[in-house]
Amino acid sequence: MEMFDDGWGLSLIVFLPLAGAGLILLLPKAQEGLIKLVGLAFALLSFAASVVAILRFDFGAAEQFQFGTDLSWISAIGSRYHIGIDGISLPLLVLSTLMTVLAIVYSLNHWPEPHNPKAFLVLLLLLATGMNGTFVALDLVLFFIFFELVLLPMYFMIGIWGDRAKIRLPGFRREVETRLYASIKFFLFTLFGSAFMLLGFLALYFKSDPHTFDMVALAEAGQMGLFDGTFGAWVFAALFIGFAVKVPMWPLHTWLPDAHTAAPTVGSVLLAAILLKLGSYGFIRISLPILPQQAQDWAPIIAVLAVIAIIYGALACLAQTDLKRLIAFSSVGHMGFVMLGISTLTDVGINAAVIGMVAHGIITGMLFFLAGSMQHRYHTRDMARLGGNMKTLPIIGGLMAFTAMASLGLPGLAGFWGEFMALLASFNPLDGLSLVVFRTAMVVGAVGTVLTAGYMLWMLQKVNLGEPSEEWAGKDLHDADKFELAAWVPLVLGIVAIGVYPKIVFGATNDAVTELVRRAFGG
Amino acid sequence: MSPTLALFALQAHEPGHLSDGGVLAEFAWLIPLVPLVLMVAIVFVGKRLPYKGWELAEAAMLFVAVYGVTLLIMNASGGIYHEGSVEIARIGAYTIEWGWVVDGLSIMMYSVVGVVGLAVFTYSKGYMKGDVRYTWFFAAFTLFAGAMLVLVSAANMIQLLVGWELVGLASYLLIGHYWEDHSNNAAAIKAFFTNKIADVGLVIGIIIIGVTVGSFRFNDVLTAVFDGDSALAQVAFWAGLALFIGAMGKSAQFPFHVWLPDAMAGPTPVSSLMHAATMVTAGVYLLGRMFPFYQSDVFAADVKTIIIVIGAITLFAMGLIALVQDDIKKVLAYSTLSQLGYMTVAMGAGAYTAGLFHLFTHAFFKGLLFLAAGSVIHAVHSNNMSDMGGLRKPMPWTYKTFLVGSLALAGIFPLAGFWSKDEILASISYDAGHGGGTIASVVLWIAIAGAFVTAFYMARAVYLTFFGEYKGHAHPHESPKIMTYPLIGLAALSIVAGFVNVPGVYTGFTEWLAARPFSMGDHHAESINFALAAIGLLVALAGIAAGTRLWRKDAATQAERDRFRIPVLYPVLEHKYYIDDLYRVALVDPIRGPVARFVNWTNTYVIDAVVNAFGGLSMVLAKGVYRGVDQRGIDLAINAVAGATGEAGEALRHTTTGRVQQYAGALFAGAVLLVLGLLIFT
Repeated sequence: MEMFDDGWGLSLIVFLPLAGAGLILLLPKAQEGLIKLVGLAFALLSFAASVVAILRFDFGAAEQFQFGTDLSWISAIGSRYHIGIDGISLPLLVLSTLMTVLAIVYSLNHWPEPHNPKAFLVLLLLLATGMNGTFVALDLVLFFIFFELVLLPMYFMIGIWGDRAKIRLPGFRREVETRLYASIKFFLFTLFGSAFMLLGFLALYFKSDPHTFDMVALAEAGQMGLFDGTFGAWVFAALFIGFAVKVPMWPLHTWLPDAHTAAPTVGSVLLAAILLKLGSYGFIRISLPILPQQAQDWAPIIAVLAVIAIIYGALACLAQTDLKRLIAFSSVGHMGFVMLGISTLTDVGINAAVIGMVAHGIITGMLFFLAGSMQHRYHTRDMARLGGNMKTLPIIGGLMAFTAMASLGLPGLAGFWGEFMALLASFNPLDGLSLVVFRTAMVVGAVGTVLTAGYMLWMLQKVNLGEPSEEWAGKDLHDADKFELAAWVPLVLGIVAIGVYPKIVFGATNDAVTELVRRAFGG
Repeated sequence: MSPTLALFALQAHEPGHLSDGGVLAEFAWLIPLVPLVLMVAIVFVGKRLPYKGWELAEAAMLFVAVYGVTLLIMNASGGIYHEGSVEIARIGAYTIEWGWVVDGLSIMMYSVVGVVGLAVFTYSKGYMKGDVRYTWFFAAFTLFAGAMLVLVSAANMIQLLVGWELVGLASYLLIGHYWEDHSNNAAAIKAFFTNKIADVGLVIGIIIIGVTVGSFRFNDVLTAVFDGDSALAQVAFWAGLALFIGAMGKSAQFPFHVWLPDAMAGPTPVSSLMHAATMVTAGVYLLGRMFPFYQSDVFAADVKTIIIVIGAITLFAMGLIALVQDDIKKVLAYSTLSQLGYMTVAMGAGAYTAGLFHLFTHAFFKGLLFLAAGSVIHAVHSNNMSDMGGLRKPMPWTYKTFLVGSLALAGIFPLAGFWSKDEILASISYDAGHGGGTIASVVLWIAIAGAFVTAFYMARAVYLTFFGEYKGHAHPHESPKIMTYPLIGLAALSIVAGFVNVPGVYTGFTEWLAARPFSMGDHHAESINFALAAIGLLVALAGIAAGTRLWRKDAATQAERDRFRIPVLYPVLEHKYYIDDLYRVALVDPIRGPVARFVNWTNTYVIDAVVNAFGGLSMVLAKGVYRGVDQRGIDLAINAVAGATGEAGEALRHTTTGRVQQYAGALFAGAVLLVLGLLIFT
């Protein structure tokens, strides 16, 4: 176990999926059963290792990076293999390993066309390594590599297994396949952001003395005021674009509805559950501690963009006819609450952001699972045709109703805490931030919860309630199967558990967040 | 004769004079928990049980009723106060807790929820027999009971909010119980949505108070009030107003009242327990819980003017609408709005005891009226009084109990409603002389006029339903015993419940409610105000007389019912003052329609147009840059990424454009150039 604590544990969590992917590559394509078994086994091992990490995590010292290691890596540029987790990264890391397992379990019985489980699982495991790695990296180059590693598998997942319907873009003559447009848009949009992010990282490296990519060292330097002034402002802006695209923040969000709608079910699930969090995690882990001064300058702007996203996302949801696109737009609004929490630069707000990220991960992940399963059966996402689902598929319908309630922030379920605490934090942001801006943001955000309730309830009415359409009469639509239930039951339990006992998340994050805020902002 | 009134000074007193309630109070967390656990059990195993889950629901209510009444008796023989809590999270400087309060106010609510709930759940076994979703009905109903008890037992504002929204959820589920019909769903959504709008107020109020005080506990907040906390005093008006907006939603006060009449789409037991007896009184309960905050001059006392006006508008305007309804449940629903208006007025007049006393008595007689109406509906298979008439004979017990409920509601001596309504009138009259000013004087007359309207529409309902000729097509018969026994039980309570607070004779209820660690600083009559009591009674009798004159002789025809049609007023009442239409035309339809579509349009045609144009442009640009840049000049990391992309791209050349690596290369080259620029220029 000592080896586990000395960095091997985290490395296992990160690279076990990669090893699984490598092993699967060696297996013949025809051995589907074996391939699935290997994929599931490695995902489970990675998850099990993260559970060990929970058990061995010292919650009394959640503000410190634990299970860390700091090895020489690319000595030419001073980049090191520096990893470790604190109370902020722990819940997200566990969320990531868990969602990977559930995605594979679900996949066992739901292969999107064109089938090919081998390639699909290799990509999925590669994705897992990227996601897990991002949450443990404490070196900017390492972070960047993991952050970008996520792009490729997702790009191929959307591009190959995605929706083949043709769409015509306004202003373009030719029709394109949805999956192609969505995957390229996703890739380039994120890459566009990443380019700026890399720019920021390089700038920090060159400015620091001695040159370093180490996040901890850079945070110390930043808190001494090394990056203040115009330089810092530019760097913050560069990082902002990188992370804001990923979150996504309004108006950089337009890749998201397309990518989500086109992606295969587990692609949408992981995209919503984990990938979006990489952006907000970047803000918390990198932007805020390293550039605290600039964070305070930018905070009102972030808050305003966040509430625009809340209202805009909700209104856009009201106009959707496509179930997956509606859920995708709902993410824009929910991530708005996460960003609102971060923008307050307070312990309450950032705690709210982390629990909001976890809650959004499991809730929206669940919604995409359900939407995917419905599409799998009805072969349509058009809500107007899905009415009466509650009667046709009572279990899926019931879970949809439950999850929609969680998504609209019903107290007692996981979604409530992130929203409520973000609003609470906006009433009382960091000293020196404009009270007018933040208190207005609080009221607007609260109004956003009303709109959220509106589109969720109308969605439920359209999809679940009423009498089923004639076209499904006599069709043998089977309700949730055991693979689906195996993937969903943990999520349902998580939604209830975090809702009833939020200490599951706050217990890990609170000390870490408080310390982060104290160091960066003296709060 | 001038009443003798006592005004307690606002002060916190040590809970020393109250006993701690012992083990029963310590374990009071079981009161919300048992129904919630049994709810889960009903969902998972209900269908396999002999009574399909009803027995578990009934057991939950029996538990709550026995527990609540036991506490009530203990409290009556010497005040109880106990508070316990469990930490469920710590965030920054705030502690989030699950807590339970056992004091006069919460004990009264436990008893009401338990006793009325027991009657309603028993009744439901008969009423819901053969329902499509029998087991689910009891699961959702038990969820309501648990959520309501979470709300009532809450020791802090966050827990109150949890219970508050969960009862809203239960309300949504049960209003939309017959969800095959979209009109029921629309009603369910309207209820949830209207409450959610009002909840914006509640959430903001909780945040303002919680952040200012640094704690969400009611006790800490009220302690701050008694300590004269100046920071809290500064925000008190807005916080108090915000909380009241939340209360207006749940207690269906004008202009948030629109959801309650529509909520009658739910099964009648639901209307009885939730939309009459308990859930809708949560707003009044909240005002009671926070009472000293509103009562104290330096805090939210100014909000009381708003409260009393809103209450007065609701009590009178909604009572009038009850006159033109044909649906018997709608009559009762508007009546409930009106009675909630009375309670709100009482709170606005600074009458803690009177408002909650009316809550207490109203729970019994309005719960009864709905159950009796349900019994009628069960028999005639219609909600409309135009399909009823003459039911006195075939349904004697239903008739007798409905009559008792109506008389109690109308405020006829010596039934329950008489005492509580009289206490409200006395309190408004006191307020008019002590700071309430002209507004309170006007409200007093409105409240008296409201008493006339109440008696009038109840007389109409009784005559149209039970007198004259039967006009329906079913063969009405008395309901089974499982339904009539609860009616009789509630009828008995509707007769006697008022005797717990007879000024000058026995004022037990006042003392029960005073069992809190703070004095409420309210005023209540120490002897009966005979003048006001006489006026109230006469007005009610006049209402009955007028109703009798119009409907007694021949309630058989529609024309007869139209006899009191008043031009202009009648159509306005029929259209519910056009408020629902206004909301739809001015708010809901535009947001769902043009506004949402416009936002979605901007997504595709504004933001995405920029994105696509940028994409197209960089495609052209990238070709040029790619040709111009020597790839060997780009550093290691870029090669690795671009290379990986290239290889993977090879594999997919037939499906993708294969241009990704071109962008990648171009973007990274650009990135390095920009960094160099930044470092040079800053």
